[in-house]
Amino acid sequence: MTVAQQPEALNFECETGNYHTFCPISCVAWLYQKIEDSFFLVIGTKTCGYFLQNAMGVMIFAEPRYAMAELEEGDISAQLSDYEELKRLCEQIKRDRNPSVIVWIGTCTTEIIKTDLEGLAPKLESEIGIPIVVARANGLDYAFTQGEDTVLAAMANRCPEKAPVSETDKNERNAIQKLLNFGKKKEEVAQDESEYVDHKPLVLFGSLPDPVVTQLTLELKRQGIKVSGWLPAKRFTELPVIEEGYYVAGVNPFLSRTATTLMRRRKCKLIGAPFPIGPDGTRAWIEKICSVFGITPQGLDEREAQIWAGLEEYVKLIRGKSVFFMGDNLLEVSLARFLVRCGMTVQEIGIPYMDKRYQAAELALLEKTCQEMGSPLPTIVEKPDNYNQIQRIYESKPDLVITGMAHANPLEARGINTKWSVEFTFAQIHGFTNARDVLELVTRPLRRNNNLKDLGWDKLVREEAKI
Amino acid sequence: MKLAYWMYAGPAHIGTLRIASSFKNVHAIMHAPIGDDYFNVMRSMLSRERNFTPVTTSVVDRNVLARGSQEKVVDNITRKDAEEHPDLIVLTPTCTSSILQEDLHNFVERAQLEAKGDVMLADVNHYRYNELQAADRTLHQIVQYYIEKARKRGELPEGKTEKPSVNIIGTSTLGFHNNHDCTELKRLMADLGIEVNTLIPEGASVNDLKKMPKAWFNLIPYRELGLATAQYLEEQFGTPYIDITPMGVVETARCIRKIQQVVNAQGAEVDYEEFINEQTLHVSQAAWFSRSIDCQNLTGKKAVVFGDNTHAAAMTKILAREMGIHVVWAGTYCKYDADWFREQVSEYCDEVLITDDHGAIGDAIARVEPSAIFGTQMERHVGKRLDIPCGVIAAPIHVQNFPIGYKPFMGYEGTNQITDLIYNSFTLGMEDHLLEIFGGHDTKEVISRGISADSDLSWSKDGQAELNKIPGFVRGKVKRNTEKFARERGFKEITTEVLYAAKESVGA
Repeated sequence: MTVAQQPEALNFECETGNYHTFCPISCVAWLYQKIEDSFFLVIGTKTCGYFLQNAMGVMIFAEPRYAMAELEEGDISAQLSDYEELKRLCEQIKRDRNPSVIVWIGTCTTEIIKTDLEGLAPKLESEIGIPIVVARANGLDYAFTQGEDTVLAAMANRCPEKAPVSETDKNERNAIQKLLNFGKKKEEVAQDESEYVDHKPLVLFGSLPDPVVTQLTLELKRQGIKVSGWLPAKRFTELPVIEEGYYVAGVNPFLSRTATTLMRRRKCKLIGAPFPIGPDGTRAWIEKICSVFGITPQGLDEREAQIWAGLEEYVKLIRGKSVFFMGDNLLEVSLARFLVRCGMTVQEIGIPYMDKRYQAAELALLEKTCQEMGSPLPTIVEKPDNYNQIQRIYESKPDLVITGMAHANPLEARGINTKWSVEFTFAQIHGFTNARDVLELVTRPLRRNNNLKDLGWDKLVREEAKI
Repeated sequence: MKLAYWMYAGPAHIGTLRIASSFKNVHAIMHAPIGDDYFNVMRSMLSRERNFTPVTTSVVDRNVLARGSQEKVVDNITRKDAEEHPDLIVLTPTCTSSILQEDLHNFVERAQLEAKGDVMLADVNHYRYNELQAADRTLHQIVQYYIEKARKRGELPEGKTEKPSVNIIGTSTLGFHNNHDCTELKRLMADLGIEVNTLIPEGASVNDLKKMPKAWFNLIPYRELGLATAQYLEEQFGTPYIDITPMGVVETARCIRKIQQVVNAQGAEVDYEEFINEQTLHVSQAAWFSRSIDCQNLTGKKAVVFGDNTHAAAMTKILAREMGIHVVWAGTYCKYDADWFREQVSEYCDEVLITDDHGAIGDAIARVEPSAIFGTQMERHVGKRLDIPCGVIAAPIHVQNFPIGYKPFMGYEGTNQITDLIYNSFTLGMEDHLLEIFGGHDTKEVISRGISADSDLSWSKDGQAELNKIPGFVRGKVKRNTEKFARERGFKEITTEVLYAAKESVGA
């Protein structure tokens, strides 16, 4: 690579948008597991259903709390009434599963035939007595993880507006849940008021596995910051109270609609911070939250240094190596920033959609990290074109390509190391504790191929094969 | 609207893409929103393809919704034509594009003016056909297109090949064991002295399609794919076709006898009886297996069969006719072709089940409690839940159903493979049963004792709860590492914080 002209600022480009990613309806796969009393109904066609069935692999066999409302020819040509049809299915779901909320996922088809889901939901909700949340997570507008964003933005409107005044009210809200969870220990971190600094309530948003929620909550507790709630919570009935003037902070880079909704509709103040991915990101995230509350962070230097020391065996495998993000899940900027800090050179950051406002702090940290590490500033390619990217990969020969599963095997067969990007979405990657897991993923192909490198089996396609 | 959790056959465009990407140097362009290209993931992951799947998308987004595709589709076709010079580009509509009602025909005509390769629109209605029907139609459409093109140019070859020859029609990408079947069928044809004229669609070039009329006959090994093409060729050129699936000893023999009849009718003088006899008695082990005492033990055992038409029908016949197993019910999800299935299997099973509702299948399995199930991956999971072994015989399938080793289901080697599959399913079931009678393996209790069994450390309630959230297969390791960490640092009680501190320090 020629480093003749070092760009001074990050360079943003936009290509054709012909790239591979998952459909945003895939968010039901992790959200139905996260929100334990929910039922997700995807209103779409066989195409949507087949995608879920194939993308979720074995999870489908575990009697998932999601299903397709499969549209048939009569639905498309409006011979059947949407309302009556949805009512029939939702009543069946109520009978069989009795969830606390039904989430309707609108798809491309409901967009095109203009099914008024937002209009139908309140009517049906009052008729069957179960809240119905509508999220239009379709492939016309969104990519992959943005599906979660549309669902959480819709949920943000369902968060209670007033904190319960007395202890009895508080109990009342969860009375039935308590009954159902009889004997089950509450898993949230015990919140003893005396351990906290007096600050305005803080609610975090973004769906994370429960252990990661615990870890991040503990991390803030060390600084005396109390997390008043998470959007989403483990159960729909436990959605956090959000009052005007509350502070909110995102934990994932793809939650811009949720952030907007919390600011505009719920009048919250958004703490714009880098995301807690990698020890550098986690530290910056905590520091930013502390600074908003006027707290001087304690012991973060040592904590970060200690984590980095523990990562050294992985970092030495990737230091000085180059990486290329083809882009499909919006985690790219945060991951790239962490990898630059690990000593990698980032050749390109492909990303489906770039919200420069919501990601501002993350972008600033990326720029700063590149300068501090003496690494060239990467180009951020929004709506990339996979064909062009592959030509660029052939030219620049990165040591690692982070890409979707459609391209991974063909690239490996051409001697290019790849890591499936989807794994970053499903693995635990947030906070100090999980920095190791990110590097475990990033270095796995390098470690594997190191083991095989003397065999001379790098290129496994015939010469005449195209591209 | 229909409440659905699982489907046996995919949407129509998957069928079209399977055909297009089976051919060499054919590219498919889907008119679809972002995310609909998961076919590429399936092909790359399931069949571990080394090459890029020749499918791209002309993306339908908000702009297209508002103003129509305009130049976009045409540009994408001509761009792909220039980049990769495919022989043919198949524009593939999806459920989304079919309700947009754009004039895709017009796009194809316009793109054809500029493109060097051929361009066609897959003619498939998304709301009427499933994956299998769409595949059958698309294959027919492509063959017809190239036959007519050759006819117009006067390039259709005259007459038949000198020696008896065959077109094998229907092996395709992502088909259940199709690549192994294909090898086995070629071998069988070679043994019979029959030349393979063309083999489509897998690995074929569209430029070879005009050769198809030269074959003496067409062989359609799979009921679901190729029949429309064979009927078209019969209509156009009088080429007879054979649609007997050579799966199982009896059916393989029946297929070979039919071949003999068809080629002899065209002037060959072949007698395959000796070959059939030799293969049946000495090459295939299946006939001997049915006489052996192993198979005697299977007599009258109950089984159920479910799958696509081809495999479910063939398996039912093998189980009942060749092994004396009691098939309680046999079923198919090919509802559109149910009559054929009924006719094939009714004399070999008590009951025929036609449905694509996996819940009904699960119930029917639970109701009859068979000793073994032969079905798709879905039935395998039903079997797991009910503790009944299952042999997978048809799609939908997972990556483990794309074995690297040679495992045909067709021809004489196929009979051996099927015998193993059946026998292993049943013995495992017997073994399980015996284990149950004797209360399981007596080693079960001992193995879980790790070094931390007599721990001097206590776990706090939250620490224990957090530990329990860690997946079972690594929990033991995490527990040991955490306790080691706590011991070294003199912690008496292990809380959530200690657990994560240990994880950070040693990567437990």
